[in-house]
Amino acid sequence: MFTAHESLRPSYDVVIIGAGGHGLAAAYYLARDHGVRNIAVIEKGYLGGGNTGRNTTIIRSNYLTPEGVKFYDESVRLWQDLSEDFDLNLFYSTRGHFTLAHTDAAMRTMRWRAEVNKHFGVKSEAVDAAFVKRALPMIDMQCGGHAPILGALFHEPGAIARHDAVAWGYGRGADRRGVEIHQRTEVTGIRVQSGRVVGVDTTRGAISTPRVLCAVAGFTPRVLDMVGLHTPIYVHPLQAMVSEPVKPWLDPVIVSGSLHVYVSQTARGELVMGASLDPYELHSTRSTLDFAEGLSAHMLDMFPFLSEVKVNRQWAGLADMTPDFAPIMGVTPVEGFFLDAGWGTWGFKATPVCGKTMSYTVATGRNHPLIEGFSIDRFARYQMTGEKGAASVGH
Amino acid sequence: MVCPLNGPRPVLEFAYGGEVRTMPDPASCSDAQWSDYVFNRSGSPAAKFEWWCHIASGFWFVALRDTLNDKVIATYPAQAARERLEPPESLP
Repeated sequence: MFTAHESLRPSYDVVIIGAGGHGLAAAYYLARDHGVRNIAVIEKGYLGGGNTGRNTTIIRSNYLTPEGVKFYDESVRLWQDLSEDFDLNLFYSTRGHFTLAHTDAAMRTMRWRAEVNKHFGVKSEAVDAAFVKRALPMIDMQCGGHAPILGALFHEPGAIARHDAVAWGYGRGADRRGVEIHQRTEVTGIRVQSGRVVGVDTTRGAISTPRVLCAVAGFTPRVLDMVGLHTPIYVHPLQAMVSEPVKPWLDPVIVSGSLHVYVSQTARGELVMGASLDPYELHSTRSTLDFAEGLSAHMLDMFPFLSEVKVNRQWAGLADMTPDFAPIMGVTPVEGFFLDAGWGTWGFKATPVCGKTMSYTVATGRNHPLIEGFSIDRFARYQMTGEKGAASVGH
Repeated sequence: MVCPLNGPRPVLEFAYGGEVRTMPDPASCSDAQWSDYVFNRSGSPAAKFEWWCHIASGFWFVALRDTLNDKVIATYPAQAARERLEPPESLP
């Protein structure tokens, strides 16, 4: 599917660090829309092996801030014809998305999100408990008696997609347009002279380049150390798990912030489940029993009939968190060094729009208008883009 | 994790309180220094001094923990940690 290149060229117009969805999407749109083809994508592991292949595949745009809603809505729009664009079936499946509210405070946030969403033309509605019960007759509306469901935010365009195929589609599209993807190649240093990027050192030799895009999720702090940039990014593991396949019974995507659960059923019948972040900083993708136990207990609060269903697999990714739950994107104080980071627990759904906006930013040297609210200097200005209220679960 | 007050306890009994950091003097530092303190973090994995709390006894202490592999290297009562923190090289 991808060309394996024997060696690195001595120089490239753009070097992208990280062959996940975001890095490959940027390469794809740079080559397709901006005519920049002399690109190397450097990946220390394998293509799509990081958070692109570790998320729970949920796509939605029911965010809280105007910046977030416009940005993620553009992403949903791009998602919808991506399979055709790639000629590769992403199994993009529009399911509808319920964010359950178990408290009055949560209902208030759902109404707030619904109004912001509708203002920007995004289909979201605050719905009552009867609506939830009609759509989800199998759910225990009392959640075991201790967290009764009062209503929900219903987001019709909510969807899931086959996450690996996203990286393959962007990777193949970029490869066909002449982009070089170098797997098992680690960046060991970034050379900066007089505040400008001049090159990248890798385990397979040095490259000279005027532009570097860093799209490495949980490894962002380590790459930023190479160029001396400081950010609020801190890394916590985020775990997920998947059940054995069962008959189709769950069409929509279900999220409960109070119970710390999000779940959808794949085309193969497995339940893909996630919860909140691990509670302390750690740069390891180990799995814990605490997580599987806690998440299973909350799943059973909502769906007690699943008690005999087995968990097949459990894994983790490294989430690069920010204090306001919005990403850090665009130009940086180091000229020629572009950042696509701070994607914490919300990066997969943004893959297409990140590729679009970062390719524009790398090609022109100016932040795309859609990402102006996500710039690295917002912290020094004390201007957060507060998106925590739209996170799936209280992290 | 070895609590300096209660001895070895299951890790579930502890809550993480973030890295031990030195606050600049808010009266005299610049806006840039203050925002750096408020927001920026040392995100790369390393052996870091961190605040931890033994929840059952409400006892706060400092742990030196490697955030790459989750190994707790040492734990100190807050006062002892404060005395040992400068310079860090003096640690056992």
